[in-house]
Amino acid sequence: MKILVCISKTPDTTAKIAFKDNNTKFVAEGVQWIINPYDEWYALVRAIELKEKDPATILHLVCVGLPDADPVIRKALALGGDEAIRVNADSQDSYYIAAQIAAVAREGNYDLIFTGKETIDYNGASIGGMVSELLDLPFISLATKFELAGSLATVTREIEGGEQTEQVGLPLVVSCQKGMAEQRIPNMKGIMGARSRPLKVVEPVTADTLTSVVSFELPPAKAGVKLVSADNPAELVRLLHEEAKVF
Amino acid sequence: MSVLVFIDHSAGQIKKSSLEALCYGAALAASTGTTAEGILLGTVSQDLSELGCYGIGKIHQVASDTLNNLDARVFSTVLAEAVRSTGANIIVFSNNLSGKAIAPRLSARLKAGLVSGAIDLPQVANGFTVRKTVFSGKAFANVSIHTEIKIITLNQNAFPLTAGQGTAQVIPLDIKAAAPDVKTVSATQSSGQVPLTEAEIVVSGGRGLKGPENWGMVEELARVLGAATACSRPVADAHWRPHNEHVGQTGIAIAPNLYIAIGISGAIQHLAGVNRSKVIVVINQDPEAPFFKAADYGIVGDAFVVVPKIIEAVKQLKGVA
Ligand SMILES: Cc1cc2nc3c(=O)[nH]c(=O)nc-3n(C[C@H](O)[C@H](O)[C@H](O)COP(=O)(O)OP(=O)(O)OC[C@H]3O[C@@H](n4cnc5c(N)ncnc54)[C@H](O)[C@@H]3O)c2cc1C
Repeated sequence: MKILVCISKTPDTTAKIAFKDNNTKFVAEGVQWIINPYDEWYALVRAIELKEKDPATILHLVCVGLPDADPVIRKALALGGDEAIRVNADSQDSYYIAAQIAAVAREGNYDLIFTGKETIDYNGASIGGMVSELLDLPFISLATKFELAGSLATVTREIEGGEQTEQVGLPLVVSCQKGMAEQRIPNMKGIMGARSRPLKVVEPVTADTLTSVVSFELPPAKAGVKLVSADNPAELVRLLHEEAKVF
Repeated sequence: MSVLVFIDHSAGQIKKSSLEALCYGAALAASTGTTAEGILLGTVSQDLSELGCYGIGKIHQVASDTLNNLDARVFSTVLAEAVRSTGANIIVFSNNLSGKAIAPRLSARLKAGLVSGAIDLPQVANGFTVRKTVFSGKAFANVSIHTEIKIITLNQNAFPLTAGQGTAQVIPLDIKAAAPDVKTVSATQSSGQVPLTEAEIVVSGGRGLKGPENWGMVEELARVLGAATACSRPVADAHWRPHNEHVGQTGIAIAPNLYIAIGISGAIQHLAGVNRSKVIVVINQDPEAPFFKAADYGIVGDAFVVVPKIIEAVKQLKGVA
């Protein structure tokens, strides 16, 4: 079994969101970077669990990013994984990134590719689907459970108002969300071991960029809260009905 | 040149989010001087010609029963064929679960630029630029698509659903669907409940409610309002509520017309997933709770006293028991 987990670096969830250069660039100065939570908590941890169950499994991580992504990749390796591959490129275009991951995946001949549901910065939710199409593999999106028996995967995914369990053969691409696994804290052994595990850097393949960000905007500030006395909750219901007209 | 809207359905019913996508597609076609058409894979119980009331002239249908179940690879292959045969240059999906599974595949297959999570009609005066939410709702980005064929997925509850008059022509499309990769083993659906992402009103509870046994009043308020229920992350992590109710930056992002937060402090990660709600109501006993800064209406008070009174007032207003 060979598993590839896609890792992205994103601003910490408490990072201040601000833009510069005429609202064309995110202000990265002073921002703490983390592994995208969906990649870490769900995709990576589930892959590590699969490797724990079957120690012969080879687990690789891939990240498309510049050298400033290395600390985040090392953090991911501290949780688990035999080797990481960084494609030395940066892009805001999902297709370009997916093309890089697909190239790495072709090279490594993986049985299973995990991505997070989406990144918490660009919220594209598109890398998994694009990679699966570029490799012509089946794709299950928004998985909440994943079990493996030989080369047959049983995957539960979210459907509107419920869940559906499906079976599909490997090789396969899965995007992962809450339910797949529980967040883990790296231990000292993992952190030490991460230093000695290979972080390979490869140059990007030629790929087109289909979209680009023209500008960013911050949402307008709220006008301020209208407080209603706790003694008169019926007044709140009246305001919601007559003023806000939401029911 | 036309706009082609993917019509998603389950259990024979067209999803509300797809009706929003149809309205969006019709408005987009009107602003670019083309026509909007729909495409439905599989079969539904509704008469498809009725979808003309959303401003759609033609509905293409690949009426194969095997297409009633989503298989991302099969769907993207069939849709790519449909895009070719209809000559569409803009394809619109709802950014719902099916849209998230298919649109990226179609984008890669056609090498057509994709913007997911659009919240407005594109600006077409100078190029083709679509506004979408980024940083989990903390900001917007204007994204330009450079390719001839363009794909947009529309956020739920971001575009008004308006029906007028009109009948659509239903055109059968003869496209062979390959055998699916995926076999469905079982499905569970909580019946009678409003799906969270489609809900216009959401009632949400946090750690301030102390334990799962106290969710009765949350469910009751949701019932009388016809709302869906949601929760904060620690509530789902503690298994007080199912994980598919977890909203926020690392859960589901929602934008209902009304979001009622009960006993939730309003941490930045929680706000990220709900701050696009049109009206936010906060009930919290701590006047310093950060959520009040993001709220439109609020009550500083004990939820266990306040919420039952709100339920009574809603019942009176609606004349229900
Ligand atoms: C990387 C990361 C990602 C995260 N993602 C998410 C996410 O997606 N969604 C999310 O929700 N959280 C997320 N969190 C967690 C977040 O930081 C908060 O810890 C969480 O939202 C707090 O949940 P809460 O408001 O229910 O609980 P608390 O913060 O404990 O707040 C409980 C509130 O209830 C009030 N209260 C208590 N008793 C009563 C009463 N009787 N009546 C009225 N009010 C009462 C209190 O005043 C308090 O404000 C994330 C955290 C991290 C680090």
